[in-house]
Amino acid sequence: MSFASHYAYGVTIFLMVAGLYILIASGNLVKKLIGLGIFQTSVYLLYIAPGKLIGGTAPILAPEFTVYSNPLPHVLILTAIVVGVATLALGLAIVVRIREAYDTIEEDEILAADMAEDAGQRS
Amino acid sequence: MIAEHLPALQVVVPLICAPVIVLVRHRGAAWAVATLASWAALAMAIALAVKVSQSGTLSYAIGSWPPPWGIEYRVDALNAFVLVLVSLIGSIVMPYAKVSVAAELPQEQEYLFYALYCLCLSGLLGIAITGDLFNLFVFLEISSLSTYVLIALGRRRQALTAAYQYLVMGTIGATFYVIGIGLLYLMTGTLNMADMAQRLAQVTETRPLIAALAFITVGIGLKLALFPLHQWLPNAYAFAPSVVTAFLAATATKVSVYALIRFNFTVFGGTPLLGEVPFHELLMVVSIAAIVTMSLVALYQDDLKRMLAYSSVAQIGYITLGVSLANPSGLTAAIAHLFNHGITKGALFLLVGTLALRCGDTRLSQLSGIASRMPLTAFGVVLSGLSLIGIPGTAGFITKWYLVRACLENGSWWLAALVVATALIAVGYVWRFVETAYLKAPGPQAPRAGETPPWMLVPAWLLVAACIYFGLETSFNVGYVVEAAKLLLAQGGG
Repeated sequence: MSFASHYAYGVTIFLMVAGLYILIASGNLVKKLIGLGIFQTSVYLLYIAPGKLIGGTAPILAPEFTVYSNPLPHVLILTAIVVGVATLALGLAIVVRIREAYDTIEEDEILAADMAEDAGQRS
Repeated sequence: MIAEHLPALQVVVPLICAPVIVLVRHRGAAWAVATLASWAALAMAIALAVKVSQSGTLSYAIGSWPPPWGIEYRVDALNAFVLVLVSLIGSIVMPYAKVSVAAELPQEQEYLFYALYCLCLSGLLGIAITGDLFNLFVFLEISSLSTYVLIALGRRRQALTAAYQYLVMGTIGATFYVIGIGLLYLMTGTLNMADMAQRLAQVTETRPLIAALAFITVGIGLKLALFPLHQWLPNAYAFAPSVVTAFLAATATKVSVYALIRFNFTVFGGTPLLGEVPFHELLMVVSIAAIVTMSLVALYQDDLKRMLAYSSVAQIGYITLGVSLANPSGLTAAIAHLFNHGITKGALFLLVGTLALRCGDTRLSQLSGIASRMPLTAFGVVLSGLSLIGIPGTAGFITKWYLVRACLENGSWWLAALVVATALIAVGYVWRFVETAYLKAPGPQAPRAGETPPWMLVPAWLLVAACIYFGLETSFNVGYVVEAAKLLLAQGGG
């Protein structure tokens, strides 16, 4: 239970909660995506940190090394990073389209525009 | 030779078709390739289902890396059933898409629609077929990312905000899921479902497992629109193009429910975990809340698409109620309802799509007397509405019957009464359509709509006919499902 082997969890939890907070508290669609990005990044750390053994090397068989780090989490997270990049790119693309359609990227102004349109249709 | 590789081809064929379509760029050819891919997927799914019923569970090692080291595709009675549902809906929706997509999307975007559809289809099939937890996440994201774009293709600008909202919620869900399997991986060192189930039984430190169970359930819950997590669904269904709504409503949430069932029984079933935390009780409370509140909300919607979307959340409540009872009848009801509700909602959304095409509007206030103008469409809505309610002789009745039986076996007669009573609310909202379409005279501003083109009407009616057929001939949607339920309960240790 040494500090060195566990502080990564603290960082992970901080990033996770901070990301979620930005996501919920911010009304700007781009800032929301930044929060989402931070939230996803925390997961990368959750996987990779436990895969590293202190003193371990890359898993290449060599006579002078006996302790290796686990490569699998890295591979998994490479995939997750790709997914994260794709999500962020798509999210930003949608925000560009929203900006073209509504002329704003503030959530409350978009809601107000939708409400005004609904009211216009009813009357 | 080919038969051996069916599990891989099931996913690979639609996946390859997506880039092919983007390269071809011709909208007619794009439609043809997407349709053929769906039909091929259906043929393979049926072949797999037959094979599984003859020779039991199939295991396929991707790239010949033996499980648990490599990725395993594992087909048993449960996921063969889900594969058939997904590819069947795809095969029926695609012929319909030709006219509907041409009417709703700009011409130069059409081929991209078909490419995205192929990606979405292969993602959904992948979720259903894989036996690897991380692979499931990858397919979940393939299907989700393409779904966000498909929803954003809707004509009105609210489609963009709906897609954005779904993107945020869906990504939170998927990330929660990854956190969950990360914790499981830390505790067991494996990602293969079958292997994990064995190793979990030996884990004594259960706190990380409870956290993992919570993360995974909430994550998948967001994807399947489990009651308080359903906020993205009504807007997404209401503003997406008609074809997309029909396809997603019938498949996407159902595949996520499948993932939930898979976790509850195959992965966590052998551990004492589900007994330690009141998991099934919680799921039951949430399901009941979904059924009651969402049915009532559906009753007061003006937009037909939105009404059906809320009804979908309520119907998912019936499915999770069946899961939470965790007895053979309950599980049979849950799995059979995946299929029965899939075809029912698929039929309804396809028919509503034809109304949208002809009248340009799906609000009930604009559809007065539509039955005299579009008699076949209106009658189709009524028939599949009956299946939604659960009238004897329709597919919906089969699941209500098993669900009521499951409640009674569980000794909770009040739950059985609730299931029957909430069906009456469904009568209420289906009746609102009947009243508007049949009993009101067409107003002066009513659209002068003629009957729908056959390219759209025939696929929609095929699903309507399926609602009746599977209500009378139940060897597939009950006979097959009973086997799947038995298998799951055996994995869950009773």
